[in-house]
Amino acid sequence: MAETANRRSFLTRMAAVTGTLALAGCTDLSQQPWVLGILGEVENLTRRAQRLFAGSHALATEYAKADIAPVFRANGTLNPNTNDYNVHVASGFKDWMIEVGGLVEQPRKLSMAELRAMPSRTQITRHDCVEGWSCIGEWTGTPLQLILAMARPKAEARYVIFYCADPMGEASVDASGNIVQPPFYYESLDLLEATHPQTILAYELNGQTLPVEHGAPVRLRAERQLGYKMPKYVRRIELAASFNRVGGGKGGYWEDQGYQWYGGI
Amino acid sequence: MSDAAEPVTQGNLAERLRSNWDRMFDHARALVALSPREPRRPRYLFYRHTIPVRALHWLNAISMLVMLMSGLQIFNAHPSLYWGNGSDFDHPFVSLTAEGTQDNFHGVTLIGSWKFNTDGWLGASDDNGTKSVRGFPQWATLPAASPNLALGRLWHFAFAWLLVANGLAYFAYVFASGRFKYELLPTKKDFANLPAEIANHLRLRFARGEEAKHYNGIQRMTYFVVIFVLGPLIVLTGLTMSPTMDSAFPFLPWVFGGRQSARTIHFICAFSFVAFFIVHIVMVILSGPWNNLRSMITGRYAIETEKPNG
Repeated sequence: MAETANRRSFLTRMAAVTGTLALAGCTDLSQQPWVLGILGEVENLTRRAQRLFAGSHALATEYAKADIAPVFRANGTLNPNTNDYNVHVASGFKDWMIEVGGLVEQPRKLSMAELRAMPSRTQITRHDCVEGWSCIGEWTGTPLQLILAMARPKAEARYVIFYCADPMGEASVDASGNIVQPPFYYESLDLLEATHPQTILAYELNGQTLPVEHGAPVRLRAERQLGYKMPKYVRRIELAASFNRVGGGKGGYWEDQGYQWYGGI
Repeated sequence: MSDAAEPVTQGNLAERLRSNWDRMFDHARALVALSPREPRRPRYLFYRHTIPVRALHWLNAISMLVMLMSGLQIFNAHPSLYWGNGSDFDHPFVSLTAEGTQDNFHGVTLIGSWKFNTDGWLGASDDNGTKSVRGFPQWATLPAASPNLALGRLWHFAFAWLLVANGLAYFAYVFASGRFKYELLPTKKDFANLPAEIANHLRLRFARGEEAKHYNGIQRMTYFVVIFVLGPLIVLTGLTMSPTMDSAFPFLPWVFGGRQSARTIHFICAFSFVAFFIVHIVMVILSGPWNNLRSMITGRYAIETEKPNG
């Protein structure tokens, strides 16, 4: 019943958008919260339709060694360059710990050595940036589903939230003179994407230890998603029932800037 | 203007244009009932476009416009095109970029090894008086303020649904109604008559009377290619850019020679549509703007006859 009502109100409002388009122009409409609401509803439709076709196990195409790009383009943060991070760079990340917590039975901390000791997966895949470009590279890492299985998510866990070490921007001073620290990058996947066989915590690129510009010591690879869904410099993995209370509440740093949470298109 | 000095062809063109403008003016006068119109020839209104065709036509026009403008906004996030699966950043097939210094730059368009100065239009354009490095100018993108990749994507992926739903409804309608076979599928005769048709079109000689009840050969070929080739191609190349769709249908990037090739083909299709819009609108104006517009709104198209039709 609610579905039908939603669909009807969606259609009515879609018709309203179409009519207003001619009068007001879409640029002004883009400022309207209700327009963004409708466009957001369509995003859910896109996600459901794509999931219908791709399911939970359709694999991203894997390529041959010959297809690997000579230089893999680095994008986003190229170096977190915080005091804390620089100490880890200097020590070769031997003290870097990945915390797994939240709605799990068995919270734990993993060192890079422990992560590397786990079974690994190597995949030559195409990285698709939201901007439009693509790059092919070979990634080696630990399947995220093994880490999740170890931590044993509770029944109410729906999302995996990744907290990263890269600050997004510079510290600023607000109106009352307080120093405001920039947010750290964060992202989230639902369990379907997080437990996909090609979703790995990667610590090698093209057979080499992951370089700083690509997210050393460890970054996420979710091969059916766009680049911004694959956080670099991962330091904490949290299982949660919702991401509403994290950051701006939209599920990721870029999502809080207006990008879609669903990054499969 | 000395008519005697004008070449004959230009004279014909001018006369043809003048007669079209006259006819337009006649219609306008009749419309506002300033004076009774005396038609050159008797005419009657022929029911040309059914309600589904008219509704789908205008919905398509709106969704295509939103798709084009939001697509240009998305393109501006990385205004270069490549062939293959990955991007060879040093050798784009097409690139809209800027050259010069931070304070003194100009927009250029690179196509293969050719370089064109497209300052003010492509590569760099004005933004309320100050010039910015930008693929397509603000007036062509949705939303206008650039960069706004996030909003461009929201508009693009929402109206993609409308475009595809509209297209599928149209396909269903033309096949079920027989319109595909009788109005859209080019015939052998169309190909045989092509040279003569092209000559007639160039002389702006359009079908009159009973002949005008059906699409001519050029129209059939154009609509066939635009609707049944470009349409599906732009949708499929669009889907190929989605990594999740590629995991569901790995043959998609394979068919188009890679994700970046698909993106390039998507762009070429978009500009083929733009070329079609331009020709479409010019032809609507030249062959009787009011009659054409009315037939796409009310469905009725005036056919000139030798004898008045009761």
